[in-house]
Amino acid sequence: MEEVDVEPTTTPIPGFDSNQKHLGFVWGPGDILVYETIYKASGGSAGGCPFVHEVRKDEDIYSPILRKLFNESHHIFVGLQRIREDLPSKNKKPQFVSISKNYRSVIRACMEELQQVAVYHNDSLGNTLLSLELIWNLCEVLFIDAAPAGSLVLHLLDWVRLHKADVDEKAREVLASESPAEHQAYWDVVISYVLQGRMDEARQVLVKQAALQPAARVMFKLLDNLLMKMPIFNPGETQTLTEFDVKWRHWREEVDHCLQDQSFASNRHLEDICKILVGDEDVLLEYKELLSTWYHFLVTRLLFSHPTVKPTELHYYAQSSMHMFLDTRSVPEPLDSILLAAFEFDIHQVIKDCSIALNNWWFVGHLTDLLDHCKLLQSHNLHFGSNLREFLLLEYASGLFTHHSLWQLAVDYFDHCPEFGRVYLELQIERVPLDTERKALKVIRICEQRQMTEQVRSICKIMAKKALRNNRLGSALSWSIRAKDAAFATLISERFLQDYCAKGTFSDLDLIDNLGPAMLLSDRLTFLGKYREFHRLYGEKRFSDAAKLLLSLMTAKIAPHSFWMTLLTDALPLLEQKEVIFSADQTHELMFCLEELTSGKSQLFTLASLARVKQLFTLH
Amino acid sequence: CANGINAKYVSKKISKTRWRPVSSSSLQQPDIFATGSWDNEDNSISIWSIGENGVSSMDDEFEGDPQLLCEYKHNGDVLDLQFLDQDRIVTASSTGAVTIFRHHHNSQTLSVSKLWERAHHYPCNNAPCTGVVCNSPEIVTVGEDGRIMLFRADQEGVLRTIEKADSSAIHAVTFLRTTEILTVNSIGQLKLWDFRQPGNEPSQILSLTGDRVPLHCVDRHPNQQHIVATGGQDGMLCIWDVRQGNMPISLMEAHTSEMWEVHFHPSNPGHLFSCSEDGSLLHWETSSNTDTPSFLQGGRNTSIISRSAIAPAGGNQSLINAWLTGDSSKGHLETTHMLPSQMLSVNSLDVLGQCLVCGTDGEAIYVNRHVPI
Repeated sequence: MEEVDVEPTTTPIPGFDSNQKHLGFVWGPGDILVYETIYKASGGSAGGCPFVHEVRKDEDIYSPILRKLFNESHHIFVGLQRIREDLPSKNKKPQFVSISKNYRSVIRACMEELQQVAVYHNDSLGNTLLSLELIWNLCEVLFIDAAPAGSLVLHLLDWVRLHKADVDEKAREVLASESPAEHQAYWDVVISYVLQGRMDEARQVLVKQAALQPAARVMFKLLDNLLMKMPIFNPGETQTLTEFDVKWRHWREEVDHCLQDQSFASNRHLEDICKILVGDEDVLLEYKELLSTWYHFLVTRLLFSHPTVKPTELHYYAQSSMHMFLDTRSVPEPLDSILLAAFEFDIHQVIKDCSIALNNWWFVGHLTDLLDHCKLLQSHNLHFGSNLREFLLLEYASGLFTHHSLWQLAVDYFDHCPEFGRVYLELQIERVPLDTERKALKVIRICEQRQMTEQVRSICKIMAKKALRNNRLGSALSWSIRAKDAAFATLISERFLQDYCAKGTFSDLDLIDNLGPAMLLSDRLTFLGKYREFHRLYGEKRFSDAAKLLLSLMTAKIAPHSFWMTLLTDALPLLEQKEVIFSADQTHELMFCLEELTSGKSQLFTLASLARVKQLFTLH
Repeated sequence: CANGINAKYVSKKISKTRWRPVSSSSLQQPDIFATGSWDNEDNSISIWSIGENGVSSMDDEFEGDPQLLCEYKHNGDVLDLQFLDQDRIVTASSTGAVTIFRHHHNSQTLSVSKLWERAHHYPCNNAPCTGVVCNSPEIVTVGEDGRIMLFRADQEGVLRTIEKADSSAIHAVTFLRTTEILTVNSIGQLKLWDFRQPGNEPSQILSLTGDRVPLHCVDRHPNQQHIVATGGQDGMLCIWDVRQGNMPISLMEAHTSEMWEVHFHPSNPGHLFSCSEDGSLLHWETSSNTDTPSFLQGGRNTSIISRSAIAPAGGNQSLINAWLTGDSSKGHLETTHMLPSQMLSVNSLDVLGQCLVCGTDGEAIYVNRHVPI
C-alpha cells in the first residue's frame, strides 16, 4: 500500500532545471503536459529545452497483467448491471455474493500471474493487489454477505485464514522433515493452527509430539480432548445462538478448570495453548509474530472470548485490538485505517480512504457499484449533482478513455451512469484517433447504437474528407451514405462532374454505374447517376431513350444550371442524327431551356457555340 | 465458463486468429494457431499452442489454456493474417505493408522473412492493406487504396498490380479458382477478377438491388466454387451463386451489427460460422445430410428470412422453410450461439476439424475443441 505522504511527491523532469527556468503545464484527461517557459528564474542563463513532456500519474493502466483485470472485471460489471431490478433483494444476495467472489478471483488471478512473472519491480503492484483483495473480502463478509452474530466470527476466520496461507507451507515443511516433533518450527505450526481456529489440524500435528513423550500421554490426551470438544457454531443446524453460547461457556469453564488445576504446568507450550483457548490476551500478544497483524489478533480474540459477537459490537473490539497490538509510536498505515473503517461499518470512510491511497479508480469504482446494487450506500448527492457511485465510475471510465486501447471498455461504464454518462461519452468519443476505416466503423457503431447522430455525422465527415483528399471518391461516397450527409454527397458529385468536364470521361465508372438507391441522397448525385445513364444509353444507340432522359434532366431541374450548356451540347449530336429523335414538343422544350440560358446571368458559353445551337434548333 | 469454452485474456485486442493448417490426410486436430493484434501501441503477431506441446494439464476433462509459444512486434494493426504454409504467415498491416513471417519450430521464434512496405498506398500517405489470401506461393492482397496486388513468396518484386480496381475501399478477398479471385468493397459490390485477362477491369460485378451495404467478409464454399457467402455492415448473411447473375440465393438476418468474418467449415460445408461486432459468434448448420445445405437449394427467389437468429444456446430448432418448394425436411437450419452473452466485438474466427478459435475486443481468445459438426 502506498504511504500517505505528508508532502506531495516531486517528479523530476529530465532536461529541466527548475532553478533556471519556470515550468509551465496544462492538464489533460489523465496526464499533464509540461514545458519550459521563457521566464527565467533570477540569474538563469539562456538556452532552453525544446521538448514537451507528458507526465502520467497512473502507470498501472499500461501494465499488461493489470489489463486482464480491467477486461475481466468489465465483463463482470456489465453482467451485474443487467441483473433484474424487480427481483426481491433476498433472492439477490447470493447473486451479489457470487459476483463479489468473481471480482476477487480476478484479483487473485492477476496476483498469481504477477508471482509467476516474478518481476521484482512489480512487487509493489503485487502487494497492492494483495491489500485490495483483503479489503474487498472484508467488505464482502461485513457488508454484502452481512453475516449475523454467530456466523460472523466464522466468516472472519475464513477471511484471516485466506490471507495467512504461510501456515500450511510451514506445516508441510515440518511434517516432511525426519522428526517433525523436533523441528524448530514445530510449536509455531501448532500454535498458528490454534490461533486460526483449525483444531483438527492442530491435533494432527500434536499427535507427533505425543508419540515422543509417552510419559505425558495423559496430558496430551486431555488437551486433545479439549480441542476436539470446542463448540463451533453451525448456522445450518437448529441450534440457536443462545444454546451455542451456553455450550461454549460450559466448555470454556472446563478449559479454565484445567488451567487452575495446573494440569499442563509441566509443558509450557501446552499451557500456552490452554491459555489461548480461554482467550488470555497477554498470552496472545506473546505470539505477535505468529499473528503478524492486528486483525488476526482481533479475530482470534473474538473466537476465544466473544464468538457470538454482533456486527454492531465489532468496532469496539477492532479498535482495542489495534491499540493493543500495534506499537503506540508507530503511525497507522492506510490499510489499517481502511480496515478499521470497515469494522466500524463506515462504508463511506472506506471508499474515501481507498480513493486517496490508490492511484486509479478501478477498485473504488467497482466496489462502490456493487455496494450500491446491494442498496448499502445512502443516496446522498454530491455537490455537483451525481451520486458517489456515478462519480467514481465516471472518473474510472474517463481514465480508461485516455488509453489507446481500453477506451472501448469505458463506453459500457458510461452507459450505466444515468446522469452524466452520455455527456461524457459524447465528448470523449469524438477524440478517439481514427487511423483505419475499421476503427472508425467501430466508433460509429457505438455512436449509432446510442443515437448520437451528431457524432456519427462528424466522424463520417472526417473519414469522407480523408478519402476525398486521397481521391477515393467511392469511399467518400460510402461515408456520406452512412451519415446520410446530402451536402457531402453533393460535394462528391461536383468532383465527379468537374473531372468529367476536365477530362471528357468519367472516372470510377464502377461506382457511378452502380449507385442504386444511394442516388437519391442528393439531387446532384441523382443527376450524376442519370447523366451517366444518358451516356450509356447513347453508347448503346438507344437514342430516343437517351433524348428523353436528357430532356427530363433539364426540365425536372435536376441538372445544375452550370451544366445546362454541356447538356445542350450533348443534345447536338442527337439533333444531327438523320432520323428525327426529338419530337416537336421536345424540341420546343429544348428551345425553352436555351432561351432560359441565354437570358440568364451565366456567361459560360461562347457566342459561336450559341449561334450554332440556335441554328440547329431552328432547322427543326 | 459457458458452453465448454474458456476465455484466455491476452492484454491486447485481437483482430485475427487463424489455425495452422494440418495436412488433410492426417486426422489430427489442429494444435497451433496464430493471432494478430490491433489498436495497441505495440501490436504483435503471436503463435499459440493448445496441444501437447505446451499444456501441462493432468486432467483429461480440464483442457488447458492456450500457451504462448512466441511473439513478434508488428508495425501497425494486423488487418489480416493467413498461413502461407506450415512455417510462414503473411500479414496485412494498417500501414499498408505486407509481411511474411517465418516460424522457427526448433527455437520457437518468429522472424521477418519478407516485407513489401508500401504495397498499398495513396499518392501521399500509406493506405491500410485490408485483406490477404494465399495459394502458395502466390499471395494476393487488397487495400483501402482500391488496388489489388499479386506477389510471389519467393520473389522480391510485385508480380502484378491492378490499379484503380475499385473506387472504394476493398475489404476482403478470396480465391474462387487458382486464377480467379473475388473481392468485396465498401459500396456493397462483389467483383470477380480473372488474372488470365490483362487490364484492370473485373470480369463481373455483383451487388444487391436496394441498399448497397458495405461488405466486410467473403468466403467460398469448399467444394462448390461458384457458391460464396458474404457478410457486411448490416449483419446479414448472403449466399451467392456467382454464375447466376445479380441476385443472391438467400439473405438471412444474422447479427445486429457488422459481420466481420464468415467461414464455411472446410471439411463439413453444411456448417457455416460467422462473427460480429455485436459480440456473437453463430454456428449455422443444416440438419440434412446432403452435400448441398438447404440455404443453397433455393431457387431464384431471394428469400429474406425475417426470423432473427437470436437462438438460445443449446440450439433449439428454428425452422426456416421459406425457400424450399419441395421437401420441408430439408429446410432445417439451426443457429447456435457459441459464446456467452454481453461480449465486446468478436473480430475473427477460424474453424478446422473440431476446433474453433476466435478473438475479441475484450482482449480475450476463446478456443472450443469440441465443435459439434
